[in-house]
Order: sequence, then structure tokens, then C-alpha cells
Amino acid sequence: MSANANQGAAADAHLTYVLRLADTSLILGQRLSEWVGHAPALEEDLGLANIALDLIGQARLLLSYAAELEGRGRSEDELAFLRDAAEFLNVTLVEQPNGDFGHTLVRQLLVSAFQLELYEALANCADARLAEIAAKALKETRYHVRYSASWVVRLGDGTPESHARVQAALGELWPFTGELFATDSVDEAMQIAGIAPQAAALEARWSARMDAVLGEATLARPADSVFPWHGKRGVHTEHLGYMLAEMQFLQRAYPGAQW
Amino acid sequence: MGEVQDPEIPILSIIDLGIVRYVRGETRDALHVGLTPTYSGCPATLVIRGAVAAALARAGFAGASIETVLAPPWSSDWLTPAARVKLSSYGIAPPAEAVSNPRRLFGSAPIGCPRCQSAATRLVSEFGSTPCKAHYLCTACLEPFDYFKCI
Repeated sequence: MSANANQGAAADAHLTYVLRLADTSLILGQRLSEWVGHAPALEEDLGLANIALDLIGQARLLLSYAAELEGRGRSEDELAFLRDAAEFLNVTLVEQPNGDFGHTLVRQLLVSAFQLELYEALANCADARLAEIAAKALKETRYHVRYSASWVVRLGDGTPESHARVQAALGELWPFTGELFATDSVDEAMQIAGIAPQAAALEARWSARMDAVLGEATLARPADSVFPWHGKRGVHTEHLGYMLAEMQFLQRAYPGAQW
Repeated sequence: MGEVQDPEIPILSIIDLGIVRYVRGETRDALHVGLTPTYSGCPATLVIRGAVAAALARAGFAGASIETVLAPPWSSDWLTPAARVKLSSYGIAPPAEAVSNPRRLFGSAPIGCPRCQSAATRLVSEFGSTPCKAHYLCTACLEPFDYFKCI
């Protein structure tokens, strides 16, 4: 490969890496905002909306950065509202439907605990822009972990009904967690560049936190799945398309519409 | 700058909040103002930006450029002492100090009720009416109140 092609591949990997982070936050934020007006209590409605707001704020910072890296004059809004499902690079876990309140909180714990470890590492990475976004997001994510962990403990160690429901949710969602730590050529290029952390170290810390929370919640940790998911490469479950249809409706129907 | 209020907590100015990171410039036409958001998704950020631009224009600095600063990330430690007093009198418990000590963030420093000063309070929800506040209840006077979170 020529030097130019090498540089081109590294730039592509950088853009892809940032888009994966951005889309993971954006899609989870959009999913959570479906709860607004529907949560079991006003306090939890506010809690979920606040987490959604943090995630969408993080997505905006990351998408703006991705737009600059791309260098094609697209804005954060164009990236959010005018890409199709196969161009979204979020992990498959975050596009899964909300289910009941317990199901949503289990998904939140799995993702927030992952983002906590990831942002902690990225806050000291070689990409200064990504590092400052991660340092900001890290502070917010600590609260997301605290909130979701406390609910998973309360529901898991609650009534037989709540225990059964969150245990079932955990069983349904756990197979998607493998993708959080699966690495491909993009992750490897970013590790070499001193940006992405080593996946094995992240997984070990995430796994220890899961054992602690699940133990306190009296929940059984499901077995790891061998089936690989590829949302990070744009291969999604059927749920993402329906979600984007709603999220992108306004910009598709009225191109360029502004508030 | 001291005239520009936080749209969510109008008792505080943006100076009280500690979100004005710098004001610099050689001439009246080349003024640079750095603002930092409290939370990534805080919807007040845009409103504040507009209010700062309007205040600068009124003061004759129409050509000033307003810049967003992300690093270092905003911390509740940056609230001024005056802000803490104002918050308390407004019915919002100010943050327990020193986020720089991470144990405090996860521990349970008692939060005093801003109305009756009782320490007999309990957390209702980590997330209150805005991203920067948590929701508490005073078990002495039975009043709910907002707590400005440590971050």
C-alpha cells in the first residue's frame, strides 16, 4: 500500500470510530426519549429524559466532530437525519426496543457501564478533541450508571414479579453485549494511534462491575453468546429502520426545515 | 456578563455559574468570549449564548465572537461563593463541595434542607427538573426541594 492509501485508511478509521461513538449515544438517547410522558412515575420520567438529553448532547458534540473529520461540508443534523439505517454505526444493543421499565433500565446499565469505562480511557487518549468530549461525557455517565444500577438492584431484589421480569430482560439483552468489546480493523487502527483503549482491559472492568451489581440484585449472569452482532458495521436488527423512520420523518418530509 | 441570567435558575448570573471561561481581545471589535456548557445536552446553552450576544451588543461589542470551550469540563466546584448563598435562599440546596474528591460523588454527604436546614433529607431521584439538579425530600418539614448536583 502506498503512503497515501495508508493515510486515507487511517483517516477513514478515525471517522468510523467517532461515528460509532456518536451513533451509539444518539440512538440510545432517541430510544430513551420514547419514555417521555409514559414512565411509571414523574420522577422516573424526568430521570430517563435527563439521561436522554445527556446522550443526545454527547451525540451532538461527537457528530459535529465527525462532520469535520469527514470534510464534506455536512452538518451534525445532516448526519443524524439524512443517513439511512445501513450508514448508522451504533452497537446493536442500543437500538433494541424499550420493553417494560425494567427492560429499559437493564439495557441502560449494560451500556452506561460500558460507556463509563470507555470514556474514562478516552479522556486521556491521543486525540485531544475526543479526549475533551469524553471528559465531559464521563461526568454525566457516572450518574447514568448510578441511576440504572440502583434500579436494577431494586427490581432484581424486589418482588418475585419484578425479579422475573428483569431476569428475563437480562437474558434477552446479554447476547448483544459481546459486540461492545469485539474489535475489528477500525478499533485496531485506533489502538495503534493511541486513541482507542484495549478492549480486553475494558471488558474486564465492565465485567467486574456487572458481577457486583447483578450479585446485589440477586440476578443470575447469563452465559455469553457466540453469535456476533454487527451494528458497528452498519448491519442492524429490524428495529432500527422503524425508529429512524420516526426520528427522521420531519427532515425527510420537509428538507431543511428549522425550528 | 453579570447581567446575563441562567434561564433555568434566574437567580444566578452566568458569572455565578462559572461558565464564562475567558473574555479577551485587543480592541473593541476583536473581543473573544469563551463559554462552557454545564451539561452536554443542556438546552439552556443556546439561550445563554443568544443572551450573551445581545448583552455584548448593548454594551457596544457587536463584533464579539462567542466561543464554546469544552476543556476542562465544567464542574459544580466553579460556582462562586455568592452563587451558593443565592441558591440556598432561592430554595435550591447548593452542591456539597469538592468534586475533586471522587468519594464524595458516590458517598452520601448529608444534604441540608434549604428551607428548614434539617439534615433529615432523602434522595427522591438523581434527576430533577433540569440536568444539573437532583430531587430531594426533607423528612423534617416534608417539603420537596432541588439539590444542585456535584459534577
